Amino acid sequence: MNINITINGRKREFDVEPTRLLLNLLRDELGLTGAKYGCGIGECGACTVHVDNEPVLGCMMLAVDCDGKNVETIENLSDGMTLHPIQQAFLDEGAVQCGFCTPGFIMTTKALLEENHDPSETEIRNYLKGNLCRCTGYVNIVKAVQKAARDMR
Amino acid sequence: MIPINLWNTHIIGKPFQYHQPETIEETIKLLSKLPNCKVMAGGTDLVPKMKQRLLEPEHVVNLKKISSLMGIKETSNGVWIGAATKLRAIEKSELVKEKIPLQYLATKTIGSVQIRNMGTIGGNVCNASPSADGALGLVAQDAIVHIAGSNGARDKPIAGFFKSPGVTGLAKDELVTGFTVPKIDNDTGYHFISIGRTALDISTISIAVTITKKNGRVSKARIALGSVAPTPIRLNAVEDYLLGKTLTDEVMKKAADMVSKGIRPITDIRATAAYRKEASKGMAMETLKIAWIKEGHR
Repeated sequence: MNINITINGRKREFDVEPTRLLLNLLRDELGLTGAKYGCGIGECGACTVHVDNEPVLGCMMLAVDCDGKNVETIENLSDGMTLHPIQQAFLDEGAVQCGFCTPGFIMTTKALLEENHDPSETEIRNYLKGNLCRCTGYVNIVKAVQKAARDMR
Repeated sequence: MIPINLWNTHIIGKPFQYHQPETIEETIKLLSKLPNCKVMAGGTDLVPKMKQRLLEPEHVVNLKKISSLMGIKETSNGVWIGAATKLRAIEKSELVKEKIPLQYLATKTIGSVQIRNMGTIGGNVCNASPSADGALGLVAQDAIVHIAGSNGARDKPIAGFFKSPGVTGLAKDELVTGFTVPKIDNDTGYHFISIGRTALDISTISIAVTITKKNGRVSKARIALGSVAPTPIRLNAVEDYLLGKTLTDEVMKKAADMVSKGIRPITDIRATAAYRKEASKGMAMETLKIAWIKEGHR
């Protein structure tokens, strides 16, 4: 099937099978390996990307269902020279250990901060509950989100 | 050569034909003629099942292009919610919060933000999981299910809609188009609680209650529980017991005991039956208390 998707601001055309998942299209065909394949069944959030500005799970989304839509991945956040304030905050607060869950966390955080400029800890934890970190825990991640919120206000 | 593992969750291993009809009529025609076919809305239940090869449909009919299945509107007798309306849209709707606040409570704890951005209320209902919280909210509010089919449209109360886990009263050529949820009036209190091991977990038990008061006594009660029976259930015996009573601690205790005795839980990976029997008592107490106090104080 022929589909058109705008990915990180660039319009692209693909010919895909209906079984093709958005995550595999991004990773295998475009080399956008920021979004990760974690559990594959919607439990971990490592594959979080934005479709039309809303965070969704790339591993459960059919590529054909993104036809005509805007997809944004973690690769769009930095211009290559300076980091996005959320990325910088995750580094500053030590919210990254192995880094596998980080792109998902950052994309969900981006959606949260677009909706709510000053979220409380409860609101942060609630919004990020679909993203799992198996290294260390969530204290530094919450701190990083709070710092990013301050930096972006 | 290393054989490819076709049962991993990285890919959908079994090819299918993909359909994206633009009207309800077109969808019904497809459903009646296509063998082994599955309707897809948000895909949050269907896609993982296809990946794990629990389901291997030959045809997938996606509803995403049918705009008449989406939206939230106030009607003369309640609030209409289109079947393909995203859970996140329901959670964010001011109309839902104001007119059918129990549905707001039951929706906002489902899955994660990502899941609610994808999943729909029709999917939550039609997958007929015993633990579907969105469906439970509809059950406690006496919602009507609107169904379209080859033989025309029909409406059905949601209470009798679920048959067994994964099975609804829908025929092969039928499609749920939406729900009408009666407004929660000022005399009615309500509450919803769901517990799970972690916040994201599928509910271990959930309970939704509405209590309508007249002259300090119960004039109508709805008590619905999820994950304690093969389908979301209502406990009619407890509802009848509460009728005409003032909810004192004693009455609530008796009702909570009846809830615990009335449910038919199983032991599964999420909890034991004994745990569910015990926990349901406390959850019933809490929801009854809050529903009783909340009346008129929204």
